[in-house]
Amino acid sequence: MRKTTTTTLAAALLAGGAFAATGGSAQADILFWSTQAAPVEETQAMRGQVLSGFEEAVDYQATDDRGPWLTRIEAELQAGSGTIGLLGALHGEFVSLSDDLVDLSDIELGDVTVNATFQQLGMLGTGEQKYLPWMQATYIMAANRQALDYLPEGADINALTYDELIEWARVLAEETGGPKFGFPAGPQGLKHRFFQGYLYPSYTDSAVTEFRSPEAEEAWNKFKELWQYTSPSSTSYGFMQEPLLTEEVWVAWDHTARLADAFNQRPDDFVAFPAPAGPTGRGFMPVIAGVAIPRTAPDTEAAKALAAYMLKPETQVATLRATNFFPVVEVDLPDDMPASVRLSGQAIARMANADDANPSLLPVGLGEYNGKFNQVFVDAFERIVLAGQDVRQVLDEQGETLRSVMQDSGAPCWAPDEPSEGACPVE
Amino acid sequence: MTAVTARETAVTSADIRKRGRLVFVATIIILCAWVLAPIYLLAINALSSPEQVNAFPKSFVPGFETDSIAFFMGFAGVARALFNSVLVAGITMALSIGLGAPAGYALSRFDFRGKDAFRIMVLMTRAFPLPLLALPLAVMFIRTGLDDTALGLALVHTTLALPFAVLITFSLFAGIPVELEEAAWTLGCTRLQAFYKVVLPLVLPGIAASAVFAFVISWNEVFAAAVLTIENRTLTAFLLQNINVSPMHLKFAGGAVLVVPALIFIFAVRKYLFAMWGIANR
Amino acid sequence: MQQRTLPYLLLLPATLFLCVFFIYPFLLVAWQAVSQDGALTLDHFRTMAGHWKFPTAFWNTMLLALAVVPVQLALALFMATLVTRMGKGRDVILYIWTIPLGISDLAAGIIWLAIFEQTGFLNSMLSGLGVVEQPVAWLGYQNKGTIFLAVVLAEIWRATAIVLVILVAGMGLIPKEYYEAAEVFGASPWKRFTRITLPLLRPSIQTALILRTILAFEVFAVVIALAGTNFPVLMGETYHWQFNLQDRHVAAAYALVILAISIAFTLVFLRTLRVPREAQP
Repeated sequence: MRKTTTTTLAAALLAGGAFAATGGSAQADILFWSTQAAPVEETQAMRGQVLSGFEEAVDYQATDDRGPWLTRIEAELQAGSGTIGLLGALHGEFVSLSDDLVDLSDIELGDVTVNATFQQLGMLGTGEQKYLPWMQATYIMAANRQALDYLPEGADINALTYDELIEWARVLAEETGGPKFGFPAGPQGLKHRFFQGYLYPSYTDSAVTEFRSPEAEEAWNKFKELWQYTSPSSTSYGFMQEPLLTEEVWVAWDHTARLADAFNQRPDDFVAFPAPAGPTGRGFMPVIAGVAIPRTAPDTEAAKALAAYMLKPETQVATLRATNFFPVVEVDLPDDMPASVRLSGQAIARMANADDANPSLLPVGLGEYNGKFNQVFVDAFERIVLAGQDVRQVLDEQGETLRSVMQDSGAPCWAPDEPSEGACPVE
Repeated sequence: MTAVTARETAVTSADIRKRGRLVFVATIIILCAWVLAPIYLLAINALSSPEQVNAFPKSFVPGFETDSIAFFMGFAGVARALFNSVLVAGITMALSIGLGAPAGYALSRFDFRGKDAFRIMVLMTRAFPLPLLALPLAVMFIRTGLDDTALGLALVHTTLALPFAVLITFSLFAGIPVELEEAAWTLGCTRLQAFYKVVLPLVLPGIAASAVFAFVISWNEVFAAAVLTIENRTLTAFLLQNINVSPMHLKFAGGAVLVVPALIFIFAVRKYLFAMWGIANR
Repeated sequence: MQQRTLPYLLLLPATLFLCVFFIYPFLLVAWQAVSQDGALTLDHFRTMAGHWKFPTAFWNTMLLALAVVPVQLALALFMATLVTRMGKGRDVILYIWTIPLGISDLAAGIIWLAIFEQTGFLNSMLSGLGVVEQPVAWLGYQNKGTIFLAVVLAEIWRATAIVLVILVAGMGLIPKEYYEAAEVFGASPWKRFTRITLPLLRPSIQTALILRTILAFEVFAVVIALAGTNFPVLMGETYHWQFNLQDRHVAAAYALVILAISIAFTLVFLRTLRVPREAQP
């Protein structure tokens, strides 16, 4: 045993050494280090259908878990040399890396027209193009067709109000034997986006300034009401497509990419529709993913070429097929898109073009406080809704936290809040 | 009269023994079922179509659809990732036993200053969350060229496996009477020979157990693997760090793909693991 | 002379190794917990302790370890004793019992979620048997009790094998003559267990307890899979502060808390289960 152990050890060390020798020398592939398109099928589609068309070989590595993604890039920045060529991530994930991203304003995009609002967001409040918008999505509602029979009288599914949604959820809960509304409140769920971009704008026309206003109190009380008719398993839901497919829930709110599987597997059984409206309009917010180049990239020029490739109309269409994220450049979609694109595309258009549409922008300038900003909303939810604490008191306390987050970061207000001089105030 | 009683007693005691035997076997079967049932459910879901996986009530018989499994097997680079995983796990095994067994022996045979300090230090590697250590380690590896090598990752995995190797070999060495060794010395063996010929065979199961732990720890570790390997990804980092966010049927298929090699490994070393019985019963 | 230096020589490789690959990065992280911009501070511990989730996470972690570890030890001892009495087929049975060893906590979480989720196997079975009409939301946020039970069951299933393997390896070292002698004197099986097995197995029990307890304090993946946000534990909070809130200082403070309770419990086990050192050579 011992002899074999020593032999294996020697052999293993030799092999390890050999790997060490080859590891550093030939790094031909561009490493695309991404937090998007992490589900295995999407990763596979990114590799096989999107990136295979690029002139150079690309190593696409995606992880939904922010831990390894962030640790790796931070380590490379600290060590001062890296292997990552291109970063792919959400707007919010870039903000804390802002200082270490290469200016992309000189990238030659040809005759591609990039959405100007998103391009502006990509500057992260600086004078440089920190990231280029790569793809977009938003959050919509989805329902099983069975649930439509229980819609409150006179309610138009494409112009629902929060009151009608609550009523609908109540009827469903009472007449089908259990709550059928689902909400992604699990650890991987995107619940904070609902409060920031949907509930608050719909009731207070704000996300920061009016955080603890009486209108906000009303909004939380409405949500508490909705929660009574919400599936109690919601606290472990991450992607609503799963409980929709198992029919554990019939009506749900989530990210378009996280509903796509339901639409694609059973397109005839599900409908997509806009988020509901409140007293101050139909609040909704975009999801923007971008591509950026860290200052430690081994070959900046190649990475820039790849970034430009990602914005080509053909690539954008291929990306849509692979990930269910929509293009950020002007492009004509072909007719043969998957069901999820058709269904959610319609719902998004209805939501954006509604008379009462109240779109939010994304925060700029939060820097390393991005996570803590989100946490204010998550904590408010967990305390008010799950722990049943007093709404007024929680809002006052969380409001203080929010105020210090805004002051420490110095982030100015963003829509729907009125623009501010300096840090966005909490009234 | 007396004869009858004797016979009756004999019958009842045989009865009791038979009943005891029955309870014994039943207990073992129940325990096996407890262990195997969840594995069976994993297999059902891994071998079913997406519709079956999402259905309710669920079937307790697999649909024998191999599409989900095939999806993983069809990944370009699976073979290479499998090789990397085995390589890393192999180096981890060798290193953790090579470093751990001598330490375990020293802890069991000698009294010296710093003994407890050493034990605590070894255990600290398990008591401190690895995801936090990954950043300084990655910086160090990038600077020294250990980054993205099987050896580099194995070094990290060894810190995780070492406490097992040290403590398990320690507890077994401590269970072997030192007289055995002394006897060998009086018969003319050197300390090394005595160790080699007398003690080592006795702790083989402990070493095998440490090896199993080292292998399994390395095999299943995701975080460090995801950070420290890029081109030379291990199977876990390559395929499975994202199964949590993948559709149901792929979750299960991925889980199954991950489990099978580990089970084969444990099966392969089981006879070392339990080799002890023959020796102790002699 | 050699007697004094030999133990140190034997420890040297492991020590050097740990200094480079553990102590060095550990000190860097630990420094983050107690410093802000280069100056010593306890602010991060205050932030941690002042956060409303900290006490819950702390006691949840303790409670879980307390519920899981003793059961695992008892179960593993029981299984190991059964093994010693087995005739042929022992290899196969032992192999089956060690299977969970090879299953990562990630995979274990997936498996047990498939059992307990609302449309999972448990509800499928219960509704098939007609016990329940509507699937029960075992993991719903109001059912804290069943959530806890599910996590405990999953952890017992997943990690008892670790204890079992250590104990089985240790039991093999107990000479069979002891049992034969005891049998001759008419000792009952229970007496043989408490008088021979337990005392002689002490080193292995100690090892198993220490390792299992430390691992229990780091429990994470299975809890996240089954309980979601309903059952915060220390390790989950560490992760959350490090990567979601991106506050490495507070994350490091959490990590030090985990380390501290692990060391405390280790010391308790080292003292109470002191292993008698064999006669000095």
